[in-house]
Order: sequence, then C-alpha cells, then structure tokens
Amino acid sequence: MKTNMTWQERFGDRALIACPTCDTVHVEPDVPDNHQALCCRCGHVLAAPRENAQVRVLALAVTSSILMIAAVFFPFISLDAGGLHNKTSIMDAVLAFSTGLMAPLSLAVALMIVLIPAARLLAIIYTLWPMVRGDRPFPLARKAFGLAERLRPWSMAEIFVVGVAVALVKVAGLATLNLGPAFWAFVGLVVVTVFQDTSMCRYTIWKWLEKTTN
Amino acid sequence: MEMAGKNDELITARAAGLLACTRCGRVHRREATACQRCGTTLAPESRRPLQAVWAWLLAGIIVYIPANIYPMLRTSTLLENHESTIVGGAIDLLHYGNYGVAAIVFIASILIPVGKFIAIGYLALSIGRAGILSAHSRHRLYEVVEFIGRWSMIDVFVVAILSALVQLGTVATINPGVAAVSFTLSVAFTMLAAQSFDPRLIWDADKEPL
Repeated sequence: MKTNMTWQERFGDRALIACPTCDTVHVEPDVPDNHQALCCRCGHVLAAPRENAQVRVLALAVTSSILMIAAVFFPFISLDAGGLHNKTSIMDAVLAFSTGLMAPLSLAVALMIVLIPAARLLAIIYTLWPMVRGDRPFPLARKAFGLAERLRPWSMAEIFVVGVAVALVKVAGLATLNLGPAFWAFVGLVVVTVFQDTSMCRYTIWKWLEKTTN
Repeated sequence: MEMAGKNDELITARAAGLLACTRCGRVHRREATACQRCGTTLAPESRRPLQAVWAWLLAGIIVYIPANIYPMLRTSTLLENHESTIVGGAIDLLHYGNYGVAAIVFIASILIPVGKFIAIGYLALSIGRAGILSAHSRHRLYEVVEFIGRWSMIDVFVVAILSALVQLGTVATINPGVAAVSFTLSVAFTMLAAQSFDPRLIWDADKEPL
C-alpha cells in the first residue's frame, strides 16, 4: 500500500477515533459486549463494553449515594482511653484542620473525601438514568459526564480509608477503638466505587451522548 | 478490531492533518473548534506544551521542602509535648514495632513524592531525545506516575483522623501541624504536573518499527 495517501483516500468517510495517549488513528471499532478494543500501538483500552453495563453502573451509583449519606451522618469511630470517651464522625475529620491558618485544608479534605465523590455520583446518575430508560439525555448531560471524568483523580475516598486504617494502627495500643456504622458504610462505598469505575465503558456512553444529542 | 487501514503503517491524527479530542478520542477535521461527541473545545495545536508541566513540578518540589521541615503532628500529653515531622512519624512507628504501617507511611510520603518528581522531570526532559527507555517504557512510567500520585495523600488523612479522634482534654491531644498544608499542596501540584503532561509527546518522537 502506498504510504503517501491522504487520510481521505485511506479512511473515506468512516468515523475515526484517535488513541488519547498516543494519537494513533483507528477506524471506530464496533466492539461486541464483553470484548475490549485496544490501541494497536500503545495498548490503551479504547472501548470495553459489557453486557448491561449501564444498568449495573447506575445501580452501583445509587448504592454508593445511599452509603455516602450513611457514611457522613452515622458515627464513624469512637475511642475510649482511661475513662475518657471521644467519638468522631467524618465531619469531625474534615474539621480537624479548621482552626487558624489551616482552614483551607479543611475545605480541600471535604472536597476530596465527600464533595467530589458525591458530585461524581450525581453526575453519573444524571447521565445514565435516561440512557438506561431509553430516553433522550437530560440537558447538559455531556457537561455533567465530562465533569465526572475530570474529577476522577481528585476523588480520594479509597485513599482516606487506607489513611483511617493507618491511624487506627497508630492509636490501637493506647486506647480501645469502636468502629461505627459509618466506617463500614465508607468501606462499602469504596468497594462499590471500584466496581462502578471498572465496569463503565466511557466509549459507549460518549457514543450514545453523541448520537442522541445532535 | 479493525485498524486504521489493515497492514499499512499506523498514522497519528496529527500526521494525517486531523484533530483528535483528548477527552473522548473523536477525530475531527483541522477546522473543527468543538468536539462533536463530547462538546470539549478543541485547540488548533493539539499538543499541550511542557511549560505547564515544569511550572507545576517546580511548585510541587518547593512546597515539599517545608512539608518535611515543619511538624506534621503535634501530640500533647500530661507529661510532654511532642512534635513529629513526616519522617519522624514513620520512625516513631518503627520504634513501636509497626513495621508494615511504617512502610506504608514511608512509601506514601517519601518514596512516592520523590519518585514522582524524578519521573516527571525525566519524562519532560526526555521528550524529543533518544533516551535509555523506549516509548513503551516511558508510557508505562507515565501511567504509573498518574495512577500512584494520589496515594501520597494517605498521611494527610491519617493526621485528619488522628486529630479528630484523639481529643482527650489534658490527657492526650493530637493536633495537625502546618506541614500538612504544604504536603497537600505538593501532592496537588505534582498531580497537576502529571495531568498537564501530554503523553502523545512521548509517541510523537517514536520512530521504532511497530
């Protein structure tokens, strides 16, 4: 095959997709369920649709929202040492930095462990609800889903859980600890979020948004 | 799946005179200003320059210095007041015999941040040069940096939980130190450095046979 062909000659008017990490052009794949399309150059996953993935992701997102509410409002951990008692909720952990110069850090922690995960859940439910029901997308659904994608690295609930585990080991020798329902809700939230993020096929969702928005 | 033309060489969107959306991958003509699929604004020059990477990286390194000098945790008990830095906290854990947890803290707060500074600096420097690592290995390095960077936040969350939990009046109180702020900033800045690095730059220079 000639190598100096123009892209029109090579691809005609077939829809093209470029790998986001290496820019290699591929003809848009038509991927069957439970298969993956990988970039032929760098191996980046371009599409990974699963059977009923949208219903599953929506269900997991609703589950996460309920767990999130439980995690914020129920008691998280309580501590007993020498007759003294102190209990902590997630809000107390957020407010730990609220005195003096460190106040902005309180806001940052609140964003990373509660507000951003919650915003992502709402945006995903907002995008997928009409998709699962077979309706047209809600207004600004593309913006909402784009926001959920952009916020992903800043959602640090799972890191918080590991941090809590480290903190528990640090004080375990000095005091008696009781884990409250919110702790388990938060652990559940992390597990559900991992499943949700791995079973979501972004390619399928963007394609659907394109088809139904324009 | 079907490749872009079977058996012939791979072509990048830029080489084909096309513009690719970085969020959803949809390829457009050069003239396009917004992505038809996801609505993202498309910049005419599709590669993000390295200035932003260097700026965020430098900021991250600078704020990492006070993060290690100032105390992360202030513990007051009936008998003494104790201030510990990040390294000090890890060493205390070692003394109590919590080797696993000490390792987690040391890896998350020292190894990962310093490793990230070196890795991002190396990736940015190696653009356009023939390096020791192939494009594939550099790309792997970039993916590792992007994935692992957020985990440095563990120590800040440990401080948050400890300060909320250990408030037992005069018996024992734990309060956060200023290092928590600069450490958080350092993590955020290096995450931004990694995000503003354009992995396609690695592949642009790649001329090896595929």
